[in-house]
Amino acid sequence: MAEDSSPDDAVQPELQVDVWRGGAQGQYQRFTVPRSANQTVLDVVTWIQRHRDASLAYRFACRVGMCGSCAMTVNGRPKWTCRTHVRTVTRDRYLQIGPLRNLPVLRDLATDMAPFFDKWQAAQGRFSGSHSRRDPLAVIPPQSHERQAADAAIECINCAVCYAACDVVQWQPDYVGPAALNRAWAGCNDVREADRGRILRAVASDGGCYSCHSQQGCAQHCPVGLNPTRSIAALKRAALASLSSHG
Amino acid sequence: MASAARAYLLQRVTALIMAPLVLAHLALIVYAVRDGLSAGEIMARTQGSIGWAVFYTTFVAAAAVHATIGLRNVLVEWTPLGRRTATLIAHTGGLLLLALGLRAVYAVVS
Ligand code: SF4
Ligand code: SF4
Ligand code: FES
Repeated sequence: MAEDSSPDDAVQPELQVDVWRGGAQGQYQRFTVPRSANQTVLDVVTWIQRHRDASLAYRFACRVGMCGSCAMTVNGRPKWTCRTHVRTVTRDRYLQIGPLRNLPVLRDLATDMAPFFDKWQAAQGRFSGSHSRRDPLAVIPPQSHERQAADAAIECINCAVCYAACDVVQWQPDYVGPAALNRAWAGCNDVREADRGRILRAVASDGGCYSCHSQQGCAQHCPVGLNPTRSIAALKRAALASLSSHG
Repeated sequence: MASAARAYLLQRVTALIMAPLVLAHLALIVYAVRDGLSAGEIMARTQGSIGWAVFYTTFVAAAAVHATIGLRNVLVEWTPLGRRTATLIAHTGGLLLLALGLRAVYAVVS
């Protein structure tokens, strides 16, 4: 792409980068990093770790937007850093890179993701089937309504960008958050799911879908274009309908 | 039904109930002010009126429930109070609102 070799990369040789160091009580540390063509924010962090301070803690694995491990706060917004080009987040060659919001900071740019995944369990974002290995495979036509409904909420890479973007998560520590609820809704739409009531009861309790304000911070920031707000709105309706008929 | 779901439903139902009542209430205020009705003239219309008693009792009850749920949500989200304390404070506030409202209704219709 012509845009990828923008002349900016050539004429602006350096970036000023503030990187979070330490735990919750840390501070930002300034680094000067050479600019290069098609540079991603993850490239910047990796350069600092290789050339300036080998003790810098951060996470990544795939570098192609599959694994969901590289999310950080970049100039105030949650981003998947491996797929975020520097030129899309800064105009004046300045970057501030911090750990994701709403999660305990372990060290530098690495957060403790345990609360995020614990909440997936709290929202019952797991499958319970009724068939055994001796039963024939379930056949779900790709064009069927059910399959299309499930499609809308899958493909989550568990990056916690939405979780960091959500103000309600910040205000209400027991709110399970957009990713867990989005996953719960995908589970509800799985025709093989044997116990939909289990999911709907879990999401209808305190800290569940009714805590969401539908402000769409999650949908705006999700790097793979999912819309947890829509899934949560659907969960609100489904949970009410099922709970009012089953008590 | 789970309490969060029940609160969500109740808050929407009470909002639905209140929407037309709020409009009628506002229209009534405009009417009373523009026609320059005195307190005495207003009391003459409301006293002994079952219609106004039902109208405002429903309004007060719906507002008390709606406000209790809203207040609880605000407390849970914006203060460090736990759910239990927030619920207690919100219920107290709601009961106070209900008592004050019913007292006012009683005063104008009795
Ligand atoms: S829509 Fe709901 S889950 Fe998404 S950011 Fe807003 S409050 Fe959080
Ligand atoms: S819903 Fe989107 S932002 Fe949230 S964890 Fe999944 S991929 Fe990341
Ligand atoms: S490193 Fe895997 S998504 Fe960024």
